[in-house]
Amino acid sequence: MFVLETKNLTYTYGAGTPFEKTAVDNVNIGVKKGEFLGIIGHTGSGKSTFIQTLNGLLRPTKGIVLLNGKDIWEEPKKIRSVRFQVGMVFQYPEHQLFEETVLKDICFGPGNMGLDKQAAEKRARLAAQFAGLPEELLDKSPFELSGGQKRRAAIAGVIAMDPDVLILDEPTAGLDPQGRDRLLEQISGYQKKRGNTILLVSHSMEDIARFADRVLVMNAGKAVMLDTTANVFARGRELESMGLRVPQVTGILLTLQEKGYPVHPVLTVDEAVEELRLLLKKGDAHRGA
Amino acid sequence: MARDITLGQYIPGHSLIHRMDPRVKIALTFVFIVFIFVASNFEGLLIMVALMFAILLMSGVPLKQYFKSLKAILFIVIFTGVLNLFYGSGHVIWQWKVMQITDGGICNALFVSIRIVSLILYSSVLTFTTSPTDLTDALERIMKPLKALHVKVHEIAMMMTIALRFVPTLLEETDKIMNAQKARGADLESGGVTQRIHAMIPILIPLFVSSFRRAYDLAMAMECRCYHGGEGRTKMKQLHMTNLDGAAIACTAIFCAAVIFCAAKFPAALHELR
Repeated sequence: MFVLETKNLTYTYGAGTPFEKTAVDNVNIGVKKGEFLGIIGHTGSGKSTFIQTLNGLLRPTKGIVLLNGKDIWEEPKKIRSVRFQVGMVFQYPEHQLFEETVLKDICFGPGNMGLDKQAAEKRARLAAQFAGLPEELLDKSPFELSGGQKRRAAIAGVIAMDPDVLILDEPTAGLDPQGRDRLLEQISGYQKKRGNTILLVSHSMEDIARFADRVLVMNAGKAVMLDTTANVFARGRELESMGLRVPQVTGILLTLQEKGYPVHPVLTVDEAVEELRLLLKKGDAHRGA
Repeated sequence: MARDITLGQYIPGHSLIHRMDPRVKIALTFVFIVFIFVASNFEGLLIMVALMFAILLMSGVPLKQYFKSLKAILFIVIFTGVLNLFYGSGHVIWQWKVMQITDGGICNALFVSIRIVSLILYSSVLTFTTSPTDLTDALERIMKPLKALHVKVHEIAMMMTIALRFVPTLLEETDKIMNAQKARGADLESGGVTQRIHAMIPILIPLFVSSFRRAYDLAMAMECRCYHGGEGRTKMKQLHMTNLDGAAIACTAIFCAAVIFCAAKFPAALHELR
């Protein structure tokens, strides 16, 4: 059972004008419940437009989006309830903070859902925990926080709606390496606890390799690959032709493979070390014989 | 939504009008506007309207664009037109209690409406064919004499340029913030007036914050390049008057003379108020 499914999804900007541009072109994919789906694609490949059609911020020009098997635009008046179920964290989400205190800001989403103050605050505190935001920051003004903390506060604002599907558009852009790792681990931990579905748009192939179960590759508005992470990155040369690349270690192993060495193009450094150790052992055995 | 608002109206092109010196364009637009009011009868106004149509066609901008710019002021035109209907002397055509429409009133309404429409179209030609940067450049040059009165001409022009430059940026930003808040369930489309104003807060505050952030960044970038105001600053794009501008000025002078001639020769079209 797919939690999110698209059928012939097409979105055209400025339809009927000379500036017409099809950003999403006939995309048919299914997102499995509880999976961590990475979305990669060159700048301008239609990723951002695509994810905005998934929670009803953009209405598809053609085709439909199914959430739990139901067309999200069946009743346009109820599109807000779709947005509560499909949470969206935009790029640089810290720019959306506006309330007097962090807690109030995180409560904005749950408040819009119609929860009373107490229930909203309860959810907000839980969401802050999931996002790794220390309790003592909740009563501060969001504008006093550091960049990384603001980011976490903004992400907590979306998590607080407890969406079944959480879409993150480059959540780690502009964070330092440690901040990136910590934030992604937090998100992954959140997913494991809640068992919900995550869609992560990222330009960091390393991050995708570490966290994603499956990867969707977009190119020129089309969904060109949707497969397990290992299978997608095994097609390194194809990815390069689309202006993408594979994780660095995978690239090295792919090159070795092309040169005739018997290695698998694994995705992480630890696995690569293991692969190379095996290769060296074989080499020693070879020389010994 | 936010994208529908067009502020930068410039439509690039290479027509004769586009190639004119922006200073001359501003000055001539000013002259045209004055002469729309100098023209006191239909004969004079006809000359101004004919000249206007010639310029519209010469500008190479689709006429559709001009009609679009009229749409915005349609209400004002109708309002003043209707108002003028009831204020005129002459033969009574229609009467109801104290209200009456006279042939003079109809005449007035028509005359005033044409004036307003030509006013808008003349200024549209300027904004459609001159890029905002050219416009502020020219304004800076035209206002230069005010420096003697300690008016900070360069600084004002710089502020205008920056403001114009940031209009599309801020529109884009507004769109983004709106989407982000909508994704958190903000309801911007329904509810009464107070509710809607309330719903704008989550958009306006982040927009304010980001405007200030941008202003700081820009100020820093300008200082890094040693910007210190207009003193001794040269222009990358020098404004030059060409024969084209001379011809335009000459043409305008001829038409204006004709309008003055009409004003002297024929009776005024506007009927006195009762």
